[in-house]
Amino acid sequence: MKKSHIIGIVVIAVAVFVIISTAGDASTYVNFDEAKALSDSGSNNKVHVVGQMKKDANGEIVGVEPGEDKLTVTFLMVDNKNKTNKVFYNKPMPPDLKKSEQVVVIGKYKDDIFYANEILLKCPSKYEEDKLQISAVN
Amino acid sequence: MINLFIGNLGHLFVILSFVLSLVAAFSYYRAANAADLESKQEWSKNGRWLFRLHSAFVVGIILVLFLIIYNNLFEYHYAYAHSSKFLPTHYMISCFWEGQEGSFLLWIFWNCVLGNILIQTNKKWEAPIMAIFAIVQAFLASMILGISIMDIKIGSSPFVLLRDVISDPIFEINPDFVPKDGTGLNPLLQNYWMVIHPPTLFLGYATTLIPFSYVIAGLWKKEYVDWIKPAVPWAIFSAALMATGQLMGAYWAYETLSFGGYWSWDPVENAVYVPWIIQVASIHTMIIFKKNHTALKTSIILVITTFLLILYATFLTRSGILGNASVHSFTDLGLSGQLLIYLLAFMAIAIGLCIYRWKEVPSTEKEVSTYSREFWIFMGATVLGLMGFQVMAGTSIPVYNAILEQFGISSNMAPPADQAIFYSKFQIWGGILIAILSGTGQFFFWKNMDKSKLWNALSIPLLVSLVVSTIVFLVYNIREFSYILLLTAGIYSIVANSTILIGLIKKKSFKLAGGSVAHIGIAMMLLGILFSAGYSKVISINNSGLLISKDMSDEMNQENVILFANEPRKMNQYELTYKGQRVELAGVPGYPARKMVRKTPDIHLVVAKAAYFHEGKEIFNMGDTLNILPENTYYEVEYKKDDEPAFSLFPRAQVNPNMGLIVSPDIRRLIDRDLYTHISSIPDPETETEWSEPLNQTVEMGERFFVNDFVAVLNKVQKVEEVDGVELGPTDVAAEAVIDIQVKNKTYTLKPIFIIKDKMVGNIPDVENELGVKISFLNIKPQEGKFELSVETSQRDYIIMKAIEMPFINVLWLGTLVLMVGFTTAIVRRYKEFKQSV
Repeated sequence: MKKSHIIGIVVIAVAVFVIISTAGDASTYVNFDEAKALSDSGSNNKVHVVGQMKKDANGEIVGVEPGEDKLTVTFLMVDNKNKTNKVFYNKPMPPDLKKSEQVVVIGKYKDDIFYANEILLKCPSKYEEDKLQISAVN
Repeated sequence: MINLFIGNLGHLFVILSFVLSLVAAFSYYRAANAADLESKQEWSKNGRWLFRLHSAFVVGIILVLFLIIYNNLFEYHYAYAHSSKFLPTHYMISCFWEGQEGSFLLWIFWNCVLGNILIQTNKKWEAPIMAIFAIVQAFLASMILGISIMDIKIGSSPFVLLRDVISDPIFEINPDFVPKDGTGLNPLLQNYWMVIHPPTLFLGYATTLIPFSYVIAGLWKKEYVDWIKPAVPWAIFSAALMATGQLMGAYWAYETLSFGGYWSWDPVENAVYVPWIIQVASIHTMIIFKKNHTALKTSIILVITTFLLILYATFLTRSGILGNASVHSFTDLGLSGQLLIYLLAFMAIAIGLCIYRWKEVPSTEKEVSTYSREFWIFMGATVLGLMGFQVMAGTSIPVYNAILEQFGISSNMAPPADQAIFYSKFQIWGGILIAILSGTGQFFFWKNMDKSKLWNALSIPLLVSLVVSTIVFLVYNIREFSYILLLTAGIYSIVANSTILIGLIKKKSFKLAGGSVAHIGIAMMLLGILFSAGYSKVISINNSGLLISKDMSDEMNQENVILFANEPRKMNQYELTYKGQRVELAGVPGYPARKMVRKTPDIHLVVAKAAYFHEGKEIFNMGDTLNILPENTYYEVEYKKDDEPAFSLFPRAQVNPNMGLIVSPDIRRLIDRDLYTHISSIPDPETETEWSEPLNQTVEMGERFFVNDFVAVLNKVQKVEEVDGVELGPTDVAAEAVIDIQVKNKTYTLKPIFIIKDKMVGNIPDVENELGVKISFLNIKPQEGKFELSVETSQRDYIIMKAIEMPFINVLWLGTLVLMVGFTTAIVRRYKEFKQSV
């Protein structure tokens, strides 16, 4: 067997390993029920849940409770299947949380609470350029 | 009045430059394919002038856009969305590349510069390479064309009017409405690195076109070998700029963003990293093509791949396909179709041409010997290729979803939950192999090696590096197996390359030193990354927090601490005190306290409430009017450690109406480590302070009383002649109470005011946010000699912050500089070789 063949085989093996590990490490977009089912089945993988902050009839965001020492926060989030769930975030409340249009939480479901390691917020005005702003108009 | 002329002029220039690039491409194509010399020269001459004219119009576009921004023509969307009246001129340059159209423009501009240099420097290859250059320019110019043909929008023009982009009722009332101010440049981009990082990176990006043009021209004109010599110096130049550009971006992120590092494996970063790594591989194979035609074929593939990866990266970051996966992707301009055509067109041209000509490319059947430099370079290129492949495989996850959707399959694949771990667990092995290969491979460059000679040459570097790394490994108590390997490999690479370098210096062949210097730089960077990222330590761990559950204990450590104003708190070996809010005044050194200045109706102006001294010099006096940067607030945090002198850090927070709270760290730089501190949260500045029910107190002069648990004393009551915002008539009276509040070793003085104006009683309370205290002066009771005060309390001012220690990060930055020296040496050498060969 030639040296180049051995190297070729090693390269292919590494490439296959990379593909498998990418597929294995990729997270998934799920809703709260699926996240719960996954955690019940013993999966330890972190998942993405996309949804909105819970709002009352007047459109005000409700259910945001910073922890006593302000270093954590819990809030209510409605997923795309309209299920509301409590989310716990072990970091100080992101300042834009109460203005967010869309929230993506990344973490694990456990005992009826979703423990988020990371939160991605999409704020309505962030980078949005198609609205005139009052301050600029006046 | 709306200035329509300037925008129309700009748009005309865009269309002209687009058309000219097409005509130039055609002329150069005819020149390249011309059979006789005369028509070849004729067509070349045409192409040359057309390309120069095209370049002139590109410069015209840039000037017009700059004039629109510089003159605050907010009737244009680009100026409105990316600039504002108060933006300093040097940041107006950054406005250019904040928007997607402007960054295309920058790219087009660099291609013009490079194209004109090539026209001057390489007559032999001019026609075929410039044909490719011009067609690329046509594709890029089409991105900012901004015209519609049969309802298909082609490109997005930077010269569109605000009223054509934004639908707002005001334009129905007054179509000529011009906003008074723009929405401004993203405050994070108002940084000197953001003035130089994008042009550097885009020049690197643009330069990848040169090796690509040469290889395509080589295949086209059947010059399968000759294309390499002129391409090599440009490939190294491009790689050097991409590396510099990336590291400038990394340094900016480290200084300005607050994710606690310099690299986050964001798709936008990966989109530069992968083409760069493939390009570095291509440089190595291009260097050895002469002796080995397998290297020639590999070079052709790698150079083409580099350019196609640049196009793929452009598609990824600008088409909107990444959606939520990236923090700094551009706004989607609806160009995804056009970008995809651009990518696929060049893929088809390049791959098609390769297949068509492949049989004619010379090849070598013989196996390379293990003791040849070719072998080591092939190994290195393979490792680099696999490293790039892994990053691309992960970054492209949103693309797989999009492709599957095209076939009607819904896929819910998301990027890995922890990107840093996903990428680095693989890349670290690449780094280890690269360090070993670059340390060993260098020995083969200068001598014919065999087994025994190799061991002779390697034994000393190997021994030295093993001893050094053992010491480091013991001192820093490194446990992770892959970290130990990277440490040893990195030190080995430095020692081995230094041995080569010393040999070259002895022989006075400095010009050949590029390779070993660059490899020392890379090894230093690997070590710097190993320590600063692998051993970064959060020192603001909050121990009082409860563990949520045992299996989450690792992730659930709280990495932030809360600091109340002037209340010292232990953190790791430091005692921390948050000393209050500070402001930034134009032309004023240091950070004056927010309390020292009084707001005016103009948010950019403040009046000094007291004189301010900095390093013993008086900077401003009481009553002076000063220019303030209203968005910036700095939070002074004092660090004290046993017997060492105390120092303060000033992390920044900006409250931006568009983007919410934006925080930037402050970094204490020491030789062996950085202490990095950023704000995580502050009391919401937009909500009104909630005050408690007022508590009335009647006190005598000199009497002590309690205010929010602090001891206060009424020291003086005095008549005042002037009160801000109130005009005092001859019969009106105003008095202020001077109240001192003692907190630890600090005294706060509050001066609430009592007024009788037009026989009406009134008062102006004084507030101390650091204590959460508001005192009002309600009444004077002359008979009893007593004064009536009212005290309200609220939440004291606080910050929540995070502090991280990053060991040996300077080794990374120093390694970068060494790498640049190596790159520069190599460019000079390869360019001279090219010059001699002509």
